[in-house]
Amino acid sequence: MKEQLQKDFYNSIKNLSLSQKDIEIKKFCLDNFIDKGFPNKKEEDWKFSDLNQIIKNNIGELSFYNDQASTNKVNTSVFVDGLEHNKIVFINGRIEKIDFEYEKKDQIEIIDQSETINEFENSNSLSDLNNAFTNKCFKILVKKSYQLAKPLIIYHTTNSKIWSKNINLRLNFELDRDSSLRLIDLFNDTSEKNFLNIFYNFELKENAVLKNYKVDKFENKNIKYSFNNIDQDKNSISETFILSSGSNFSKNEINCNLNGIYASAFVNGVFSLNNDKHHEIRSIINHLTENTKSYQLIKSVLEQSSKAVYQGKIFVNSDAQKTDGYQLSKAILINKESEFNAKPELEIYADDVKCSHGSASGSLNEDSIFYLMSRGLSYHQSRELLINGFLLDVVEKITDSEIKNLIKNMLGIKE
Amino acid sequence: MDNRQKEINNLKDYKYGFSTDIENIQAPKGLNEDVIKFISNIKKEPEWMLEFRLKAFERFKVLKEPDWQKPKFPKIDYQDLYYYSAPKSMKDKPKSLDELDPKLLETYKKLGIPLQEQARLNGIAVDAVFDSVSVATTFKDELTKQGIIFCPISEAIQSHPELVKKYLGSVIPTSDHFFATLNSAVFTDGSFVYIPEGVRCPMELSTYFRINASNTGQFERTLIIADKGSYVSYLEGCTAPMRDENQLHAANVELIALDDAEIKYSTVQNWYPGDQDGKGGIYNFVTKRGLCKGKNSKISWTQVETGSAITWKYPSCILKGDNSVGEFYSIAITNNHQKADTGTKMIHLGKNTKSKIISKGISAGNSDMTYRGLVDISSKAKNSTNYTQCDSLLMGNKCGAHTVPYIKNKNSESNIAHEATTSKISEDQLHYCQQRGLNPEEAVGLIVNGFCKEVLQQLPMEFAVEAQKLVGISLEGSVG
Repeated sequence: MKEQLQKDFYNSIKNLSLSQKDIEIKKFCLDNFIDKGFPNKKEEDWKFSDLNQIIKNNIGELSFYNDQASTNKVNTSVFVDGLEHNKIVFINGRIEKIDFEYEKKDQIEIIDQSETINEFENSNSLSDLNNAFTNKCFKILVKKSYQLAKPLIIYHTTNSKIWSKNINLRLNFELDRDSSLRLIDLFNDTSEKNFLNIFYNFELKENAVLKNYKVDKFENKNIKYSFNNIDQDKNSISETFILSSGSNFSKNEINCNLNGIYASAFVNGVFSLNNDKHHEIRSIINHLTENTKSYQLIKSVLEQSSKAVYQGKIFVNSDAQKTDGYQLSKAILINKESEFNAKPELEIYADDVKCSHGSASGSLNEDSIFYLMSRGLSYHQSRELLINGFLLDVVEKITDSEIKNLIKNMLGIKE
Repeated sequence: MDNRQKEINNLKDYKYGFSTDIENIQAPKGLNEDVIKFISNIKKEPEWMLEFRLKAFERFKVLKEPDWQKPKFPKIDYQDLYYYSAPKSMKDKPKSLDELDPKLLETYKKLGIPLQEQARLNGIAVDAVFDSVSVATTFKDELTKQGIIFCPISEAIQSHPELVKKYLGSVIPTSDHFFATLNSAVFTDGSFVYIPEGVRCPMELSTYFRINASNTGQFERTLIIADKGSYVSYLEGCTAPMRDENQLHAANVELIALDDAEIKYSTVQNWYPGDQDGKGGIYNFVTKRGLCKGKNSKISWTQVETGSAITWKYPSCILKGDNSVGEFYSIAITNNHQKADTGTKMIHLGKNTKSKIISKGISAGNSDMTYRGLVDISSKAKNSTNYTQCDSLLMGNKCGAHTVPYIKNKNSESNIAHEATTSKISEDQLHYCQQRGLNPEEAVGLIVNGFCKEVLQQLPMEFAVEAQKLVGISLEGSVG
């Protein structure tokens, strides 16, 4: 893999006008990645999902070079109907379109940050890979007191032009004081066997509100890794919702630093898996100052031989008195071969806190099915009703009603 | 000063901190094949036992000390330890208690474990282990009548080789982790229990461990076999003198329950925890594992962990037999600079297996407490259930409480439920108790005892009283 990486790396930087210093930095990241390789199960954070093995089994040889010189045609049929929205379109990892048609132009700034690299605490070798190969990176700055009128949808589209490729992309967001942003990530893949490696960094200033919805619904054979780093100032709110369903393998990581008092973070997720899909959510909520709050709810429905993993950690620093942290994960295993693994973790250094977690997994409740069937429903209907009710609980947590309805429609949940 | 206060003052300092001045025989310092041969030789062990040890030592040479645990400790120099230390008077084994060195008898009397049977009000058979050898076992005759074997393991190797050979290393093999393998190579003494088919052991069996010599590691090995339809309740207690250096204690405990058998294993661990600045104390790195081998068998662990500078252990159950049950009840209290990383593993292999985990952690002062546990339901363990509850209580903002559960469910017909909470003693509760006339320390003691009650209830009567006191004492000075 080493030769391939180096060859692809030189092909990638050839077309870019980078200073010698930038090349050095990228080279450094590349060497780090070559040194460490893809994460494997020997690393604690990847214990339940051996990415190295998964890539080997599903993709085989990866190539890292993407020719980004030619533009791709934007297929408008993938756009969401019935919801006015701003758009950013990625096709095969290349930014094709940035369109804030519903917003005041002077309130949003798009800054080219291609020359920077991201450095996160407790990151892994994938961050090095990302830094080495991303060639374009933008920062979207929402100015003071501006609240976007319409949501922003980021379309991650891949088509059959790519095969066995690694795609890296990176976006930074800054929400200035009193601003707000609703962001939907929508995955649309008609390609197969690619590895997407996505890094987002959010900076929330005082009173800012971020709502991020990640929707991976459509069946595809790709492997995805997505990392969200969220830094939150006083009084800010972040809400993350993850619908994890379509890809062959997907791991969503959320690292949230509650730096300012009264900051709060919400992470909710739904796994709806079938066949031999393997998905994971890993969240780390760092309560770093007093009076911060976090809430997490993850529910899974696992069919056939699918496998879901939830690793959630609540960290409470010794200064973070009056912390309120809550975490709950529940899973229904439909078939014998399905599997649910959880590692809900608490690491607490302050005494005046209220932290708890719960985790439960099991089969569909036979008594409930019996009850519904005795009321005249068929077995199939009863099952569907119970599963819908189970998942609806999480969807109801979405605070934006427009988007809630959109996601309900996608999941086929009727009220 | 009222009586209670006096009692507390008496108990406030580690009261088992004295050392006994007694002549010792020690193996040469260091760890090598010769030392292992020395131990084997002095215990007059058969050839197969020496082979067992050497095989473990071969394996040990390639293993590395694990470093994933939460409490970090300075590197242990395994060549700077004595692996065998025994009172000289034990060289030729005394035949009865009357021949036992009076100094030893005195030591155990001070510890509150009179070895003379008549001194006991209630019948508990005790096996007392002093450094590397077992010094006395009481109530032997009565037990023998029922066919129960309760003796030091070194004796069992001689007198019941067929049982030891069959079961030793069957739950913790010689190829296990670092400390377990070290123990397999150099273990010195410990207890051996065999309960024959259909026998319900008429009294509590108990082992009392005492580390006396300095610079010594204690490596005891306990093996308990409950044959079909039998029942045994086993207690374990431990203390050590106060010394400035850290001492290593790496024991292995193996339990085997055959069809319909039940083993109840209770521990009150009160090794020397080090002084208030965290100097000295015991490193308690113990491997405890039970195998529910037969159908309908049951193994239940209860532990009260108040001592040791570092406690690092996970008493586990392998639920292999169908319908078998595993239980784990734990109270872990850390104060001053103590650290604990403890919990359990429940591995469900058989059908209809059940497990229950109740863990209560209390940390005060500058201490650090971690619950780490694994619940693994394999794809063949149909209809299994697990319930886990781990609660932590924090006192002060210099201590830490952590929970790291691993939950794996591979069977759709099985259920797992897990709950954990972390909080402090609420002002309301304290206020209420104080309003009723309790002083703050008493109030905390009362609330903590209530918090621990679920676990304390599981202990045999005599132990429960002692444990309850211990809970209060361990938290002395942490209020206010």
